[in-house]
Amino acid sequence: MTGAVEVLLPGVLADLAGGARRLEVRPAEATLAGLLDALAADHPVLERRIRDEAGALRRFVNVYVDGDDVRFTGGLAAAVPGGAVVQVLPSVAGG
Amino acid sequence: MADLLAIGTRKGLWLAHSDDDRRTWTIDGPHLLSQEVAAVGVDVRGPVPRVLAGVQYGHWGPTVTWSDDLGRTWSETDEGAIRFPADTGAALARVWQLRPDTAERPGVVWAGCEPHSLWRSDDGGRTFTLVRGLWDHPHRPTWAPGSGGGAVHTVLPHPTGDRVLVAMSTGGVYVSDDGGEEWEPRNSGISAVFLPEPAPEYGQCVHKVAADAGDPDRFYAQNHFGVFRTDDAGGSWTSIAGGLPADFGFPVVTSPRTPGTAWVVPLVADAERVPPGGRLRVHRTRDAGATWTELGTGLPDGSWTAVLRDAVCVDEADPTGVHVGTRDGCVYASADEGDTFALVVGHLPDVLCVRAARLP
Repeated sequence: MTGAVEVLLPGVLADLAGGARRLEVRPAEATLAGLLDALAADHPVLERRIRDEAGALRRFVNVYVDGDDVRFTGGLAAAVPGGAVVQVLPSVAGG
Repeated sequence: MADLLAIGTRKGLWLAHSDDDRRTWTIDGPHLLSQEVAAVGVDVRGPVPRVLAGVQYGHWGPTVTWSDDLGRTWSETDEGAIRFPADTGAALARVWQLRPDTAERPGVVWAGCEPHSLWRSDDGGRTFTLVRGLWDHPHRPTWAPGSGGGAVHTVLPHPTGDRVLVAMSTGGVYVSDDGGEEWEPRNSGISAVFLPEPAPEYGQCVHKVAADAGDPDRFYAQNHFGVFRTDDAGGSWTSIAGGLPADFGFPVVTSPRTPGTAWVVPLVADAERVPPGGRLRVHRTRDAGATWTELGTGLPDGSWTAVLRDAVCVDEADPTGVHVGTRDGCVYASADEGDTFALVVGHLPDVLCVRAARLP
């Protein structure tokens, strides 16, 4: 178990976290995959909005760990140390 | 007795209600606002009608959701109603079809999805199981995606037996006679103008298939060029496009009560996906495709839109209703088998699917 991680959610996902825009999560493994596994245990529908069943981040979902886009820092293997702030944001897409 | 018309669009779901045998409609919506609703089903076999929707939550992925109170509240399964098993390495991209089975098989709902896959639910749509027989078919790696994506978009369970027919873009028609274990392609006679071989065993882009009311072995297919009929459950198909202004289009629907009766909505061609002359028209056959009658009362001229494969449906009323949704957000309803149409609603987002139900 690593230290607590703060997860910031966009408003559109808050209903899936009981209305919260901020969650404190304690992942078993200090990676983004570990964080999402921990998130799935308590908020399975929320986790499915971020990651598909094959384990991939959804194409138009951006995740930042302490301000860094995880697509450039290892993706699901990106380090998420205790005390990190993880922000989930929708990308610019749609019409 | 009330009639319900569920209208799935690119940005939400609308429900049209009629209490006067489909003469006037009241529009309720939007439901599921900003979500693409590519598939909708209304299951009236249970104690309350269930509206099932295949949705794409914008950036946030696809799933199946349902409402047992006509749209007031929606539910979804925590783990996702449709979830590819880990060994497949696949992920659900879009739900293209939700098909409640017959009253003899309560609780059974079929789903056709992208990537090419067929799913069966035995609990009314809460959870689905991948039909492995089709997923593991050796042809599957060669089923190429059409421009909308590669999917099973049509599921036609036999009214009483174990046969299931599916249609795919691309891939064509496949039939299982044992409920989904074994599958074989049944495309003989269906053209494939986009392939070097004019009559391949499989690989066709069949846009939609509908079953005849009187003969469970008779089906009608709107193809990517060509309208066809089979009288032997897909063993061979023959053209019934003579008399139509164009043989391109997406939907085909059949009467649930009158044998030999079907409707199509022709478009000019794949490179010109608009009604011929800009006149939106439905064409009906009453003799299994030998002749066609153009139906246009209440439908617009100057209409440079298109009608997608699931944007036409029939209802269970008598006479049969035919309901048509367009990509420019209009829905036209007919309560007299297409003789006359009336605008139910306009200015919606692109209509992707419509389904009608007579509520108890």
